[in-house]
Amino acid sequence: MHELSLLENVREILENHAVQQSFSRVSQVTLEIGKLSCVEPNALRFGFDVVMKGSLAENAELTISEINGLGVCRQCQRQVEMESLYDPCIYCGSPFVKVIQGAEMRIKDLIVI
Amino acid sequence: MCGICGCGQTDNTTKLKPVLRQNQHLLKHGHSHHGHAHAHAHHETERLVKVEQDLLSKNNAYAEQNRAYFQQHHIFTLNLVSSPGAGKTTLLVETIKVLKDRFPIAVIEGDQQTEHDADRIRAAGVPALQINTGRACHLDAHGIGHAIMDLGVRDHSLLAIENVGNLVCPSSFDLGEAHKVVVLSVTEGDDKPIKYPDMFHAADLMLINKTDLLPYVDFDVERCIQYARQVNPDIHIIKLSTTKGDNFSEWTDWLIKRVKPV
Ligand SMILES: Nc1nc2c(ncn2[C@@H]2O[C@H](COP(=O)(O)OP(=O)(O)OP(=O)(O)O)[C@@H](O)[C@H]2O)c(=O)[nH]1
Ligand SMILES: [Mg+2]
Ligand SMILES: [Zn+2]
Repeated sequence: MHELSLLENVREILENHAVQQSFSRVSQVTLEIGKLSCVEPNALRFGFDVVMKGSLAENAELTISEINGLGVCRQCQRQVEMESLYDPCIYCGSPFVKVIQGAEMRIKDLIVI
Repeated sequence: MCGICGCGQTDNTTKLKPVLRQNQHLLKHGHSHHGHAHAHAHHETERLVKVEQDLLSKNNAYAEQNRAYFQQHHIFTLNLVSSPGAGKTTLLVETIKVLKDRFPIAVIEGDQQTEHDADRIRAAGVPALQINTGRACHLDAHGIGHAIMDLGVRDHSLLAIENVGNLVCPSSFDLGEAHKVVVLSVTEGDDKPIKYPDMFHAADLMLINKTDLLPYVDFDVERCIQYARQVNPDIHIIKLSTTKGDNFSEWTDWLIKRVKPV
């Protein structure tokens, strides 16, 4: 469950921003999670309330926006959509596709009070 | 105080049998799952704050500090990952036997519990430090920074970090290593690379271990290699038997080429 450690990081990042940008409560957290990253959105949702309890984001709403996977084929150089890390190129069948989007896991923005 | 990160954490581990506790703050949070209560106070002025920060940014910052330290001191660092029992500790013990007179070797052992693996390494004659991760299923870069200082890793050396046996979580956490090395034993099935693609994608070297058992298991080495290359076209692969010694020198030669002599 590395999702718990990641949520610990979310909490810390919120606490740092609260000092820098002077807010005292967070009512919504929006995360961007790439479909090719190794985090499971449902595991994040499951752990969110537990990890945020007692913090400035207690009871905050969690929104996760998923980012589609995108790669460039190393053989034919075309851009292909990827559902998983080992999808072959849909044009030439080559397994050698380089990921250019979809590995993200970041905090996009917050709604704060 | 932590020599690399300057975090002010006091070092209360003993030199002889140091045990670090990683992520102790994780333990404070109970397991209970409570219901959603999205209390919105819409009369208060809400505003949007852009963050755009990677969830791993803190770990990555520590990892970069470690990496800079390793470079400065010519420490060749490997992060060994595998399922439980693939043979990481045995591999390290045998590697130490062959190479310990050539250059200094140190080992950081990550397990959820026990000091067993670090004891096995010390018995082989090199310094080892055990990090017990508790509930966490992976090592993180901050814990490694402390371990390097406690262990007193020598310049121009090999530092092997044995991660917690787990093919999922450690792939996300950069420790500052030069390479991730994934150990796959032939008793685990040849489809592991596509079942756990993140780890094989993140590794630079795959060791196919326990080849002495190939006659007894249904493991297609060529198919396994093909799967691994599907996930990671650049992965380097070495087949070996750690306990019987078959092809073990290909691995030790790989190391000898990379550890910087004084
Ligand atoms: N037959 C055979 N057995 C091996 C080989 N390498 C390791 N083993 C055995 O595999 C078992 C597990 O080895 P370990 O070195 O403890 O594995 P590990 O990856 O460190 O395990 P964890 O730290 O618990 O994840 C031991 O009984 C080893 O003797 C090999 O090449 N061939
Ligand atoms: Mg071990
Ligand atoms: Zn193609």
